[in-house]
Amino acid sequence: MPRSLFSPGRWLGAHLLLVFLFLYLPIVVLIVLSFNESGLPTAWTGFSTRWYESVATNEKILGAAATTIFIATMSTIIATAIGTLLALGLERLTNNALLDGLVFIPGIIPDIVLAIALLSFYNLVFTGVLGLKLGAWSVILAHVVFNITFVTAIVRTRLRHFDISIEEASLDLGANEVTTFRKVTLPVILPGVIAAALVAFTLSVDEFVVAFFTAGTTITFPIQVYSMIRFGVTPEINAIATVVVIVSFVLVLASQRLNPEQA
Amino acid sequence: MGRTIRRLVLLGPGLGWWLAFLVVPLLVVLAYSFFRRGTFGGVVFDFTLDNYVRALDPLYVRVLWFSLRVAVITTLVALLIGYPAAYYIATRPRRWRTPLLVFIILPFWTSFLIRTYAWIVLLNREGLINRPLLNLGIIEQPLPLLYNEFAIVIGLLYGYLPLMILPLYAAIERLNPELREAATNLGARPIKVFFTVTVPLTLTGVAAGCIFVFVPSLGNFIVPDLLGGGRSIMVGNLIQGQFLKARDWPFGATLSLALIALMLLLLVVQARIINRDRPASGNAA
Repeated sequence: MPRSLFSPGRWLGAHLLLVFLFLYLPIVVLIVLSFNESGLPTAWTGFSTRWYESVATNEKILGAAATTIFIATMSTIIATAIGTLLALGLERLTNNALLDGLVFIPGIIPDIVLAIALLSFYNLVFTGVLGLKLGAWSVILAHVVFNITFVTAIVRTRLRHFDISIEEASLDLGANEVTTFRKVTLPVILPGVIAAALVAFTLSVDEFVVAFFTAGTTITFPIQVYSMIRFGVTPEINAIATVVVIVSFVLVLASQRLNPEQA
Repeated sequence: MGRTIRRLVLLGPGLGWWLAFLVVPLLVVLAYSFFRRGTFGGVVFDFTLDNYVRALDPLYVRVLWFSLRVAVITTLVALLIGYPAAYYIATRPRRWRTPLLVFIILPFWTSFLIRTYAWIVLLNREGLINRPLLNLGIIEQPLPLLYNEFAIVIGLLYGYLPLMILPLYAAIERLNPELREAATNLGARPIKVFFTVTVPLTLTGVAAGCIFVFVPSLGNFIVPDLLGGGRSIMVGNLIQGQFLKARDWPFGATLSLALIALMLLLLVVQARIINRDRPASGNAA
């Protein structure tokens, strides 16, 4: 094929370049601005890490970050356990296209719908009947709902490449199902399970809408960021954004390396 | 171990969790929509259809209509941008495909809130698009880029474009290149090959991508809240307002059901289109 100026390949390549520019330019701008001494997007007054120092000494932000890490850790542990079992069940015990499709619903249901449904439910059952106050625990339960979907999807990509005969060999040699799972299945699918946990953790750390509705008076990290954006842009947000973006990218790229099939 | 016990251990926790924390809560929402708001907020349990009558008020129908319009525009633009990008990636040498795809999806995994905030910085009156244009004298007044429908569409597009490209890529990549070659050898021009072979055979990917962009766009609340300003509110903001500000939960519940109903309706329509087109595309190819 002649590689002329009018070859469709060139145009498509240029188009893809623009798509990448669109996806990454806003992020790059935030990162650059986070080092701007003036803190303003309008004028570059020199390189400075003062906004990072200001974030690192802000008790409110650090407290919210600690709450969010706790919520994300708990919801990741629960969702990874449940999602891995579900992936095994769907892969081995059923062959139901409808069920395979339904599994995606908790992952793609609009967050606002999940948020108000859980708020209504919590209010009726936990606050109304049991007299509990909403807080970190109610966000954890909520985040597990959508995280199960993502864990299941990722672990399943790993299970598809799994040679089932080694499980059968283990069972033939007298190991029971639990031992076989622990000693044979889990070690093989472990990279996929860890990859899934990393993604679940990232999603939970970044999740705002559901937490906003179900956290009661607890302030999670995204809720703190939201209120900072909503009530006047402060330069610290650029520094926070840079940290969040880099942490998310590292976790997701690590997840991708562990389990390349998931892309 | 028996089959029933295995099913219970493997499928039970996941399906049970969704039953308790998704299905039952949605049923609570359904129930709330038939009750009344209490004088001090809260829910009074006597049956009424008032919320549904109120939801048909032109004021609220207009909000739903605006949300629908924004979501449709976002989906179409995402498709127009996403298809060529997915096509190009899918036709690269194998070792390039996964890295390119990873870099398409990577931004999606970081905070939606922060990605939306970035556009405030870019689009505002003193922002990084207006400022250089003003300084160069290309424009005299700052362009009204922020706090309007344009900003909402940009924000949603930015948020969900990767979700369009991913399923499109999967569909195009599965496509047997020999089909295109056959069409070309039989004398079809590239444009014709594209629209009579490639597009019809990747319709499932198109439908999946459209669903993945449309559904979260329609109910979005962060983007219209941060980029839309007070004037252009979408159904997500309306629902949020009823729950957290007006404290009229029954009406908020009714609006959420309207949102879910609208989505399901469009999903059914979309599924029908695909099913109808499938055999036809088989003949065309």
